[in-house]
Amino acid sequence: MAEHYTSFSRDDTRWLLQRVTAVFLVGVLAFHFMLLHFVHHAYEITLAGTTARMSQPGYFITMVSFLIAGTFHGVNGVYNALVNQGIEGTPRTIVKYGLIIVSLLLIAQGIRVAWAMTGGQLI
Amino acid sequence: MPADRVGWHTVDSSQTTILAGSNPEVHMSQSYDRGLVENFGRWTEFSAGMWAWVFHKFTGWVLIGYLFTHIAVLSTAIEGASMYNGTLQGLEALLIVRFMEVGLLAVAVFHILNGVRLLFVDLGLGLDAQDKSFYASLILTGAIAVASIPTFLGGAF
Ligand code: HEM
Ligand code: HEM
Repeated sequence: MAEHYTSFSRDDTRWLLQRVTAVFLVGVLAFHFMLLHFVHHAYEITLAGTTARMSQPGYFITMVSFLIAGTFHGVNGVYNALVNQGIEGTPRTIVKYGLIIVSLLLIAQGIRVAWAMTGGQLI
Repeated sequence: MPADRVGWHTVDSSQTTILAGSNPEVHMSQSYDRGLVENFGRWTEFSAGMWAWVFHKFTGWVLIGYLFTHIAVLSTAIEGASMYNGTLQGLEALLIVRFMEVGLLAVAVFHILNGVRLLFVDLGLGLDAQDKSFYASLILTGAIAVASIPTFLGGAF
């Protein structure tokens, strides 16, 4: 049982970035759940409340960082799992660029949404 | 199956300490062939470490899947308040969604706790307590999920 279970090879930048984003995500994800379930109940969320939060620069930056870090960490995790499954050659290249495009779209849409949520009240 | 993939890692000297105490068969620079973990047909043979790995994968995939759904739902904000409020409140009014949220919390809590555990393992800390810390993650996840049920289901009935 001497294995160290991980889907990554350790000398890899992706491995390191997975961990760096993980450390950041621990804090923001816990914060997000606390805020939107225990401080504000999920069923009471309204756009007015969301706008009040999102139009604070600190909160806005935190959420957009959360979006970017979460997307990177999640998609990188999926990619590494597939590489670990032995995906190679053309399929690997297709998956790689497919995932990159999907991530960029998610981030772009997330920022667009975050911006709409500020109701033009940021800055 | 290439040999280096079968045992997940050819155990090098920096990794032999990990859980090695519990397996006298494993020595320096020796790889331990336990078959492909994705072969779930072998689940009865899984060790705690393999369960931890499988759960971590599963919860990670659920979270990234949720993130895509989440942004899609939140996108209603672009259409304005009545759309956003109506969508979120409509979803929250469904009992099934409430239960799925409890499930999502459990998934997130496990991924966080086990993830933190993995980070410590990567730093070489707590290597002798990997089984215990995994079980602790599981128990804590269960406890937090159960404790959050009243809050999550509040107003749903
Ligand atoms: C059921 C639990 C959750 C609820 C009720 C919830 C609710 C919300 C709400 C209402 C917002 C809009 C911002 C605000 O009102 O302050 C938001 C934003 C966000 N949430 Fe969640 N969330 C949940 C779980 C998660 C999880 C598990 C993740 C990570 C995978 C996540 C990632 C995000 C991100 C990245 C944003 C920013 C969106 C953007 O920038 O467009 N949330 N969430
Ligand atoms: C909140 C704190 C989080 C921590 C501490 C954390 C930690 C980790 C670590 C250490 C790994 C690598 C495991 C390995 O070496 O195989 C990992 C994998 C992964 N994480 Fe996270 N993570 C967190 C949040 C998230 C979020 C928000 C998402 C999704 C949006 C996510 C999705 C994934 C995925 C998909 C994987 C790959 C799983 C696989 O190997 O198939 N994680 N996480």
